[in-house]
Amino acid sequence: MTATKAPTERPTQQAPRRPGDRYFAGAAKGSGIFILLVLAGVAAFLVTEAIPALTAPAEDVADGEGLGSYIWPLVVGTLVSAVLALVIATPLAVGIALYVTYYAPRRIAAVLGYVIDLLAAIPSVVYGFWGVAVLAPAMVPFHQWAAENLTWIPFFAGPASTSGRTMLTIGVVLAVMILPIISAISREVFGQTPLLHREAALALGATRWEMIQMAVLPYGKSGVIAGSMLGLGRALGETMAVAIVLSGGGAATLNLISNTNPSTIASNIALSFAEATGLGVNTLIASGLVLFLITLAVNMLARWIVNRRADFSGAN
Amino acid sequence: MSTATQSRPTSTRPTAPGRRLSRPAAVGLYLGGVALGIALSALTGFTITSAVVYGVVLGTVALFVASRLLEGRRKATDRLVTALVTTAFAVAMLPLVSLVYTVLTRGLTRLDAEFFTFSMFRVVGEGGGAYHAILGTLIITGLATIISVPIGLMSAIYLVEYGRGRLQRSITFFVDVMTGIPSIVAGLFAFALFTLVFGNDIRLGIMGAIALSVLMIPVVVRSSEEVLKLVPNELREASYALGVPKWRTVVKVVLPTAVAGLGTAVTLAVARVVGETAPLLVTVGLITGTNLNPFDGRMATLPVFAFYQLTQPGTQTQAYLDRAWTAALLLIILVMGLNVVARLISRSFAPKTSR
Repeated sequence: MTATKAPTERPTQQAPRRPGDRYFAGAAKGSGIFILLVLAGVAAFLVTEAIPALTAPAEDVADGEGLGSYIWPLVVGTLVSAVLALVIATPLAVGIALYVTYYAPRRIAAVLGYVIDLLAAIPSVVYGFWGVAVLAPAMVPFHQWAAENLTWIPFFAGPASTSGRTMLTIGVVLAVMILPIISAISREVFGQTPLLHREAALALGATRWEMIQMAVLPYGKSGVIAGSMLGLGRALGETMAVAIVLSGGGAATLNLISNTNPSTIASNIALSFAEATGLGVNTLIASGLVLFLITLAVNMLARWIVNRRADFSGAN
Repeated sequence: MSTATQSRPTSTRPTAPGRRLSRPAAVGLYLGGVALGIALSALTGFTITSAVVYGVVLGTVALFVASRLLEGRRKATDRLVTALVTTAFAVAMLPLVSLVYTVLTRGLTRLDAEFFTFSMFRVVGEGGGAYHAILGTLIITGLATIISVPIGLMSAIYLVEYGRGRLQRSITFFVDVMTGIPSIVAGLFAFALFTLVFGNDIRLGIMGAIALSVLMIPVVVRSSEEVLKLVPNELREASYALGVPKWRTVVKVVLPTAVAGLGTAVTLAVARVVGETAPLLVTVGLITGTNLNPFDGRMATLPVFAFYQLTQPGTQTQAYLDRAWTAALLLIILVMGLNVVARLISRSFAPKTSR
């Protein structure tokens, strides 16, 4: 932090303020404030456009369903798909991060990290293509197996979808999409584990895994949590992959493998927006506002955890 | 097979009671397990999935059991985790390989000259191309870059060179929060903004550019901030010592020193938004003809084009699907190309200062 603060410290003898300095500093500060205004603007304009749907009588909204019962299945669908993705992705991402930082041969570790980062570069619409063309058919046998053998778990109540375009499949697609986010942040904090801690563990005769257990994981725990939260935020807002893969439109359910799935907020907007008119548009924007608030809360929590860690960690 | 190793002089409990699996032995055990797994899969009706799953599981179990017997519990756990962690990495590679392979094989069929030179104007069924969509993507992404880079760069300069106290902290925090805004929400924001000003049902290229800017600005700020922080303070102080005003120090010393990093940052930010579909879907829409004016009506863009070709094919379905996959391939090439360019920029402008 000292590097950033030092230039702003005033010299004891005040240099003359030149007009150029004032304009430049003003422009820089103005840009910063402008960004805050944009964020406030996003919230303000969404609220303004959502108000007609919020105030309209329930029987006018969404074919007489009312706003609450229209958005509720979407919220459930959004949360279920995102949490499922998180449950699948987090252990894998931690494994990947450990592999890249402590297991892979030193010479190729950087390349492997870069390859994982490439996963994040692929546009989400392409993930949708891959999900519907490759993953969904490949998941069908598992759906059938789960419907036969795991029916006692509510998530696998069935009946099994024959197309594979289910909540379970979209959970896997989203997991692949958020893997690079979680693993990138985990990799960073794992790599920052103080060398002394690691060497102390190894000097006591710890195996590599015991060293990781004793030194790396406690140190990197908050980083993993923050990375997962950021991944969760991304999964909550993911639009195109869900819109293409999931056959949605059903009621709220926790059943992951059947043909009737609730849609997610984002994919519902993407699919219905072109045909929506009048109050329908306002209804969709109101659902977008809900999504905005959910992701905002998740992201703020994640950033708070990251920043708290940065303040207190001994490494920085 | 096991090889004896030197006994440890310490009185603490050793990892192994004197015996250890050599590296070839461990690999051999693992491969033996894999072979057994494949054999098992062949007995129960061979499929690639079951062969791989049985193979990996049995290989891991074989290694664990052998290590448990020969080397003790702690060493065995260590080997088990090593196998698990490596498997996790391999599992993560599967989708990447599968995705690239699928897009390549399906996308190459229509990667011809016609795809780059024809629009979809009055095309039904076969033929046609994405000429209009490619140009639309370039125009809208270009506009978004023109909007985002000055704002993002100036904000980064503020945060690094001027920022102090509460304002700096809150800008940093909210820029981070902004990186997490869902892309569809950015699209809705641009839509709501223009609807309030110009009335209902408006679709313009510039709306898409503004939506993309909302996604791009925080990326530019964050990465250029990191780059500017790397410029050594000695350079700034040397400049001040010569009596150079602060703003000229920033423009003439700090920015030129950081130019390679800034170039990389901007390129990566462009790569981040060039494949965005959702915000363009709600703000720009799609047309079949070529519209190059972002201030007049709907435009076509590559991601939206790909989406509609896949999800709303006409009667000759295969022709639409082929175009969709080629557009997807083109998107991947575009994004990967930008990533490579970003790497080349940071490498060719070798750092002028070391730290």
